[in-house]
Amino acid sequence: MDDVVIRADGLTKKFGDFTAVDHITFEVGKGEIFGFLGANGAGKTTAMRMLCGLSHPTSGSGTVAGYDISKDQEKIKANIGYMSQKFSLYEDLKVWENMRLFGGIYGMKESDIKEKTDRILENLGFSGERDTLVRDLPLGWKQKLAFSVSIFHSPKIVFLDEPTGGVDPKTRRQFWEMIYKAVHDGITVFVTTHYMDEAEYCDRVSIMVDGRIEALDSPKNLKQQTCSQTMDEVFQKFARKATRSAD
Amino acid sequence: MSAVSVRQVSKSYDKIEALKQVSFEADAGEIFGIIGPDGAGKTTLFRILTTLLLPDEGEATVDGADVVKDYRRIRQEIGYMPGRFSLYQDLTVEENLEFFATIFNTTIQENYHLIEDIYKQIEPFKDRKAGKLSGGMKQKLALCCALIHKPRVLFLDEPTTGVDPVSRKEFWDMLAKLREQDISILVSTPYMDEASLCDRIAFIQDGQFLKIDTPAAIITQFGQELWAVEGDDMYTMLLDLRADERVTSCFTFGESLHVTVREGTTMEEIKAYLTGKGHCNISVKAIEPTIEDCFMQITDNKANG
Amino acid sequence: MKQFLAFVKKEFLHIFRDTRTMLILLGMPIVQIILFGFAITTEVKDIRFAVYDLSRDQTTRQITQRLAANRYFTLVANIDRPGQVDELMKSGKVSMVVVFDSDFNANMLHTGEAAVQLIVDATDPNQATTMTNYATGIITQYQQELSAGSGMGTAMMINAQTRMLYNPQMEGAYNFVPGVMGLILMLICAMMTSIAIVREKERGSMEVLLASPVRPIFIIIAKAVPYFILSVVNLITILLLSVFVLKVPVAGSLTLIFLGSFLFILVALLLGLLISNLVQTQVAAMLASGMGLMMPTMLLSGMMFPVESMPPILQWISAVMPARWYIEMIKKLMIQGVDGIYVMKEFAILALMVAVLLVVSLRTFKKRLE
Repeated sequence: MDDVVIRADGLTKKFGDFTAVDHITFEVGKGEIFGFLGANGAGKTTAMRMLCGLSHPTSGSGTVAGYDISKDQEKIKANIGYMSQKFSLYEDLKVWENMRLFGGIYGMKESDIKEKTDRILENLGFSGERDTLVRDLPLGWKQKLAFSVSIFHSPKIVFLDEPTGGVDPKTRRQFWEMIYKAVHDGITVFVTTHYMDEAEYCDRVSIMVDGRIEALDSPKNLKQQTCSQTMDEVFQKFARKATRSAD
Repeated sequence: MSAVSVRQVSKSYDKIEALKQVSFEADAGEIFGIIGPDGAGKTTLFRILTTLLLPDEGEATVDGADVVKDYRRIRQEIGYMPGRFSLYQDLTVEENLEFFATIFNTTIQENYHLIEDIYKQIEPFKDRKAGKLSGGMKQKLALCCALIHKPRVLFLDEPTTGVDPVSRKEFWDMLAKLREQDISILVSTPYMDEASLCDRIAFIQDGQFLKIDTPAAIITQFGQELWAVEGDDMYTMLLDLRADERVTSCFTFGESLHVTVREGTTMEEIKAYLTGKGHCNISVKAIEPTIEDCFMQITDNKANG
Repeated sequence: MKQFLAFVKKEFLHIFRDTRTMLILLGMPIVQIILFGFAITTEVKDIRFAVYDLSRDQTTRQITQRLAANRYFTLVANIDRPGQVDELMKSGKVSMVVVFDSDFNANMLHTGEAAVQLIVDATDPNQATTMTNYATGIITQYQQELSAGSGMGTAMMINAQTRMLYNPQMEGAYNFVPGVMGLILMLICAMMTSIAIVREKERGSMEVLLASPVRPIFIIIAKAVPYFILSVVNLITILLLSVFVLKVPVAGSLTLIFLGSFLFILVALLLGLLISNLVQTQVAAMLASGMGLMMPTMLLSGMMFPVESMPPILQWISAVMPARWYIEMIKKLMIQGVDGIYVMKEFAILALMVAVLLVVSLRTFKKRLE
């Protein structure tokens, strides 16, 4: 299949005796929103680090954007975007300074950065906030801006690590609409979360329990298979099997 | 007597108005939920009620005692779990619990019945350091610590933030049990889906209470028909629906779009419109609004004057 | 009381379970004493010196040659007028001048005893001591050879008289023991206490404690107790180390030393409390105590540089450093062995500081969050 952008094949990570990620195998197609769910300590972060080329798998293989995760880490990094709720933008830099910084990091041309900054700020309705320090923006604005910055360099895939906790429902909707738009433009979205209402927005979700992928399908099919009303119920049914309780 | 009574309380930091003229009563023995996004003023309200901040204006009482004048008495009567509270990571489960029991002039044995159900779940790990517990376990331990002196009113500021769904559910089950022990609970959360677990809820945004009622009454007051619309290309469908003037609101809700329309518009009309725009596999069905739909409707009305 | 003890116990558990803190608390004094005592080498090389020879005889020439031939010394100038001594010293061209009187030879021949004067730049007291020791050694050796070679039974005596310039009291030689005491007590009481209090603010547990029936002031006192005890342990460690390892004598009254130290510990604890009242994060507490207390303590309290040779403005600043008075007091008590009367001034100043800090800390202390 040509349009597979993420492929994991028996990916495993061990820390000593502890198997954080245990032979996970899956594929993500181009333009898909793929939800990567799991309780605290299920192994989500470790798995994502391997996919982003930040951590070497103990065994198994994988490709991201067509590059081998064990060999071409640098190429992978150039072709992905990353955003998390914990860290996204520099709070003590101004809005445009953040954009120039991240554009510069990904080797964009000065003129492109300038043009794209203007365009993005206009689309977001933030044109008046160009010179505002990021720390003075409301939380919802920060997250929208952070997402724009994470796809600033037009990556093939964007990894979102628990992106929208604590925002008001409306801003959250706007955020997901931005994600839909990015997908519409051909970007693939890989999102880890343990908020089940975010899971409902995904095309397909996987549920990790104790380092293994226990379920992988569209939210609709998962709900049917488990006779559940919501993804929350689906998750409860799978995650209760967990024996591990780490953090 | 009300467990908590707040009259016209305001609080500002520098230029930011964190609370604007907030008033409400929480009855004894109920779970009162304060629902709103980050930065809405939830934490400021909790800190005023737990005597940690002074209100700029207005009055508030907790269990009949004034939060400014009788702060000593309130500090004897309440249990408080702040949002960031993470226990002492380097003390064991038992040491944490024992410490909090002692500073509240009690012992674990004295009120063990109160925490028994919860503590039994973490007791196997009582010699483990709190920092080594999972998120859900920490939450349970923190709740035990806040309960150990049998408070009359329990304040829980975003107790479930960052906790996985399984632990969240267990946590709410525990709160329901505590209500039977005659403890009044004031709990805040950014998660709309937790609202239905409260007896009464207040929506808060930008330092103001938008609505106070039971979850069921709030849903009844939605007052409009709500449709869930699904199709193959959700993003284009969203844009198309928003462009149509018969549609009064359209939001993404996971797999479907939640849509309200002008009175008199039928499902068939909308279906036909979408088919005309080239959409496939269209389904439109009427659904019961959720608390989240209500919150958005109320904030929307507020924004439009 | 039970609450209070539970607090103190908890505080000790925090300290004991944090290996890093433990290492700093208990390792620091030992490392510092050893470092200052041994590692800061007092060996000096390439001492440039000048000779002011008014006698100009064979003996003085031989002594000069001996010095110049030694690998530590380099002769850079022969002086012919007294004014040059100061010129060369001030310009830093030489750090020692050897002066022979005009009657050196005459004295030597008639009485068998003569004096040579060593004028030494004592800005760095350790170096000055080493220089004079080396020079005296060379002269003594020469004198012994001279006595043996003369065949006469009578010994020839050359007295090396040392004159220290710029720092006549030779402040600094034993200085570092009182200095380290001041520094360590400041570190543990002010820095560690403020960090420990602010940590609770940062973690959010302070909110829970403030919303509990415990009196806020007890929370603070309970935080200070373990650090007070640890300070006393360190005080004893330092005293033992300096007496038995560095052979610095304790000349004065131990009781007074401890009394003075308690007073200083109190000052430091109050400073720590004051910092914790004013800042919100551990990093800020670390910076405030590090830059605001430790640095000035090291640089301005007379521990490294003698207060007397500082410019007036720095002398004024050093006058408000508690460590300056503490170090001075300990120096007097420990090394000079004076009576209590002579440290009344330092006691009084420290007591005044306790009073002022107590008022300010309690004023800024909050029983709420703001």
